[in-house]
Amino acid sequence: MAWRLRLVPEKTRVPFMQMRKAAFGLSGILAVLSIVLLVILGLNFGIDFRGGTLIQVKTTGPANISVMRDAVGSLQLGDLALQEFGEPDEVLIRVERQAGDSAEQLGAVEVIKRALEEVIEGDIEYRRVEFVGPQVSGELVRAGALALGLALAAMLVYIWFRFEWQFSVGAVTALVHDVILTFGFFAITGLEFNLSIVAAILTIVGYSMNDTVVVYDRVRENLRKFKKTDLKELIDLSINDTLSRTTLTSVTTMLALVALVVVGGPVIAGFVLAMIWGVVIGTYSSIFVAAPVLLYLGVRREAFDKKTDEDAGDATPA
Amino acid sequence: MLQFAKWKTTLVALVVAAGIVFVLPNFFPRDSVEKWPGWLPNQQINLGLDLQGGSHLLLEVDVDSVIRERLESLESEVRRALRSDRINYRGIGLEQNGVRVRLTNPDQREDAVRILRGLSQPIVTNAFLAVGARDLDVQVDDEGIARLRLTDEAITERRRAAVEQSIEIVRRRIDETGTREPSIQRQGDDRILVQLPGVDDPDRIKRLLGQTARLTFQLVDLDARPGGRPPPGSVVLPADPRSSSHQTEYIVRREVIISGENLINASTTFDQQSGGPAVSFRFDAAGGRRFGQVTTDNVGRPFAIVLDGKVISAPNIRQPILGGSGIISGGFSVQEANDLSLLLRAGALPAPLNILEERSVGPGLGADSVAAGELASIIAFLAVMVFMVMAYGMFGLVANVALLVNMILIGGGLSLLQATLTLPGIAGVVLTIGMAVDANVLIFERIREEVRTGKTPIAAIDAGYSRALTTIIDANVTTLIAAVLLFQFGSGPVKGFAVTLAFGIASSMFTAITLTRLIVISWMRWRRPTALPI
Repeated sequence: MAWRLRLVPEKTRVPFMQMRKAAFGLSGILAVLSIVLLVILGLNFGIDFRGGTLIQVKTTGPANISVMRDAVGSLQLGDLALQEFGEPDEVLIRVERQAGDSAEQLGAVEVIKRALEEVIEGDIEYRRVEFVGPQVSGELVRAGALALGLALAAMLVYIWFRFEWQFSVGAVTALVHDVILTFGFFAITGLEFNLSIVAAILTIVGYSMNDTVVVYDRVRENLRKFKKTDLKELIDLSINDTLSRTTLTSVTTMLALVALVVVGGPVIAGFVLAMIWGVVIGTYSSIFVAAPVLLYLGVRREAFDKKTDEDAGDATPA
Repeated sequence: MLQFAKWKTTLVALVVAAGIVFVLPNFFPRDSVEKWPGWLPNQQINLGLDLQGGSHLLLEVDVDSVIRERLESLESEVRRALRSDRINYRGIGLEQNGVRVRLTNPDQREDAVRILRGLSQPIVTNAFLAVGARDLDVQVDDEGIARLRLTDEAITERRRAAVEQSIEIVRRRIDETGTREPSIQRQGDDRILVQLPGVDDPDRIKRLLGQTARLTFQLVDLDARPGGRPPPGSVVLPADPRSSSHQTEYIVRREVIISGENLINASTTFDQQSGGPAVSFRFDAAGGRRFGQVTTDNVGRPFAIVLDGKVISAPNIRQPILGGSGIISGGFSVQEANDLSLLLRAGALPAPLNILEERSVGPGLGADSVAAGELASIIAFLAVMVFMVMAYGMFGLVANVALLVNMILIGGGLSLLQATLTLPGIAGVVLTIGMAVDANVLIFERIREEVRTGKTPIAAIDAGYSRALTTIIDANVTTLIAAVLLFQFGSGPVKGFAVTLAFGIASSMFTAITLTRLIVISWMRWRRPTALPI
């Protein structure tokens, strides 16, 4: 047979379930840490959720951020943040929501533009201007939370419908784990948390679920196949059976994500970093959270008896 | 075992062909595509505002102010009606959605109710609604307090009319600026979503939409003492900052001689005296007559030109103005004069607009994002392809064909349905490149397992495809759920991501289950291998 790239040996017998206590400990610590960080550091909310104004400018030649900060700072517009954005000649300016009506907010944009034009030599390109009012930011928070909650609920129901309730509890526990750790990731890195990050979290949820279902599917199949095998051994077998696929898919997804983070530009960098983190913990949680939960809850084996499988009874665990 | 139903083969071929046909227009310049014969598909993928540059504005119509205005005018109507019929009253005032007045003479109550009911107006909606519905509900209680309330239907109707009229005015103003392909849609109850692709000066649009532009001509009250309290029937108005006069406020008669509604045209011109830019206007016939009459009666007195409650100028009437036209001069810049004449031509908004959200992307950033997205897609595509061949050999090549077809189907689908491609949408495509091979990975891994159990190549492939099927479906349905919810709750760019993600999932399932199977089976029939090179 021709040479093949093998990331995982053909046949593995990793005793994953023996590691479950250590894994639960690790997950527990990470989850608690995430929540603590979330409380202490909070999230660096973008204007989508906090309201306010964002201006991305491109200057001719490297931007002098301190001069720009002084110029905009002297306008007394409140909380202000300037940062280099991707390239040395691009600067992202964020200003908090102005008191008063929308005329004040729009006024702020024009005032900032004038202030910049006074201190910067050469042309200024206004690459992006975003303003989100308090009403809209409140709605976006609600819509994001609702979408996330509904996604978890819908998946709970779908897995329940396709498998058994133990599976759906296990899968959703893993998802909640992923979501908490992703929040923790954003708390500790201080990356901007905006609308596209909510999209990323939902995608992570989808990806992690996808991984979990592949393992569960194999558990279900093996439950029918090996009626006498101990559940712990059976779950281990199922994870090992699917390990090669899990690794390969993570790698191809990662290849695509790395391409995006390297050349995709700063606008979507936060989104892609969230996804990369999500692929790692989503893969981890399918094996170390979703599967062990099954072991703790137990599985009613009779539930899988009624559907007969052609291979039932004629095989033994390899 | 090596059978593949003919209709399935046909279906696969048709779907792939359709994908190619619909994606094709995207590889030609837009203007050449538009000249293609009508039977060819000529729809290209819509680029979102974040990729082609442009402005997204979410506006809110201040509908409450419309109701408030109606109540204020109702209050003065009540006052006038009661006074002219000599009904005794005390304490008139506004309350929630209504006006309240205390009738002091019990004997007049019935008359009063009749008079007050006479103030109601029919609700004008469409012909299907009950004819004769009035907008006021009048009640008098035992203590003689009369309450006039706007009915719920009347309030709903006024709000609806205000929003619709606002949309019309917004459309006219934006059309006047020459923006191409604007999209102006109603959103929810009282919001207007304006999308302006390729607009290069969003600030000007915002300025134009931020003004109500209600123009009135009112006489200046010369009898009032400047600085003192204005007499009843008059009001103090501030001078507009653009006014060239040094006066900071004017006392003006409340009565409106004529308003912007009677204007039929306005354009930028130059003031012959000062030489500065000015706005010339023309009244319609009725407006011209009225203006002529008032100016004839008031020669030698000043009148005020008032825009949104501020006096732009207050020229003296030197002679009757009978031609039905005139000019408004102030310290305008050319741009300001242009904007003002545009606003006057387009008409006044029934209520102020608030800007709730703005997202503007310059064309430079949009082009950069497209280039970055293309590059990322190509790199991801090549990396995944190389990896798949390294991992699965010939079967990897089959998966790569499926991946290519996936891209074609996503592109064709987006073009056909005219869905909008956004920057997160491109991220969705790239992510799909990584995730789309998953279905094939599942199948190939399964085939390997079956080969290890000692099955013949044909049996292994057959079992591999059929066993992986349920897994593929279960695994993808969950991701699809996430995509659907994203589409439902996401806004703008995020919706675009949900669309490409959903397309990617659907097409990767299709290609993995049908296309790669077809290729693999055809290859098997041709080569009849004894061992699978997987």
